[in-house]
Amino acid sequence: MSREVLNARRLLCPLPVIRTQDKVKTLNTGDILTVECTDPGVMQDIPAWCRINGHKVLEARAENGEYVIVLEVV
Amino acid sequence: MNQQRKAVALISGGLDSMLATKAVMEQGIHVEGINFFTGFCVEGHTHAIRKQDSDKPKRNNSLWVAEQLGIKLHIIDIIEEYKQVLLNPRHGYGANMNPCLDCKIFMVNKAKQWMTENGFDFIITGEVVGQRPMSQRKQTMPIVAAESGADDLLVRPLSAQNLPATLPEREGWISREKMYDFSGRSRKPQMALAKQFGFSDYAQPAGGCCFLTDEAYSHKLVDLWQARGKRDYDLDDVMLLKVGRHIRPKPHFKMIVAREDGEARFMSGYKKEFISMNCASHRGPLVLIDGAPNEDDLYLAGQITARYGQGREAGQVDVTIRSREGEERLIQVKPLAVDQIPQEWFV
Repeated sequence: MSREVLNARRLLCPLPVIRTQDKVKTLNTGDILTVECTDPGVMQDIPAWCRINGHKVLEARAENGEYVIVLEVV
Repeated sequence: MNQQRKAVALISGGLDSMLATKAVMEQGIHVEGINFFTGFCVEGHTHAIRKQDSDKPKRNNSLWVAEQLGIKLHIIDIIEEYKQVLLNPRHGYGANMNPCLDCKIFMVNKAKQWMTENGFDFIITGEVVGQRPMSQRKQTMPIVAAESGADDLLVRPLSAQNLPATLPEREGWISREKMYDFSGRSRKPQMALAKQFGFSDYAQPAGGCCFLTDEAYSHKLVDLWQARGKRDYDLDDVMLLKVGRHIRPKPHFKMIVAREDGEARFMSGYKKEFISMNCASHRGPLVLIDGAPNEDDLYLAGQITARYGQGREAGQVDVTIRSREGEERLIQVKPLAVDQIPQEWFV
């Protein structure tokens, strides 16, 4: 299991979703990906993308004007 | 046992592609969605940027549609490739800078590539004969099928009964009788079908889902090309044309004036790429300066900046000018009166 961080700051949706999708393609089942964003739209869109594609959202939080989504590749 | 057939559906996030996909899923076909991001898509960005839209749902409609349908969605970034479509459309532009027919051909061609690479059998779109003046006419729909290379693997379930039978119909993978004969601009058949399928919530974009169909946006894009002396753009250009009030006092520089806090917050991310300014002695907007202004130009820009701040009636306003490197200096300006800003300066 590996842990990766994706910097998706300054990108507006759907680009953070696209970057997440492309990154997940390079990961294996059980890997953890943390996506760091500035567009609040990711709080809705990345979990939706995860639900559609069967991945698990471990955490979605707003902190200091940024939005962080932690997901597990399933 | 029959082979499980698979189709890829172009999902825009609107009602038509949602219904077309559902009509094929109902026939036992495995469907996955594909959505192309050109950079000019209306949805997402403007809601994300503008504070005044903060009460609207920020959902991405293509993701939402896929979730309602229970299908996977693949979102593909085509920003770079799309430049050739926009800059050199073989079939020309619509009423504004919208190359709708070339755009549809390009997207169906990309879907065909995806279909081949991923072992799928055919393509679904939500096109309806006669619904759009450029890309969805009886005469142009065969052009989309032929020039995209999809040919008879392109199924338009909402208008299938008005069109020649496709290969999936001839082979019996799907039944023509279980598709539809919609035509024209009326939305009533789609709304009735949505009700039949149990869809009560769906996006109804007014005026299309692409900024290139917007007259004001198209003017700004053409102005950008004229000012730079070349027809080219990058994603930041596309984004910045969506925000602010654009004022070009002289051919060699343009001001982008934030209209509200959300835009100012978004534009502040570009301070390292542009000279920027804002009122120091009064509340006022963030302004980005695109181009190569000289000192007199900056003074004029300061006067315009002051015009859009709370010191517009003051005798003198302090304006901070910030270089791309972050160095700040203060100038004092007399705000321009409203009738001193000619209408032709507004892009």
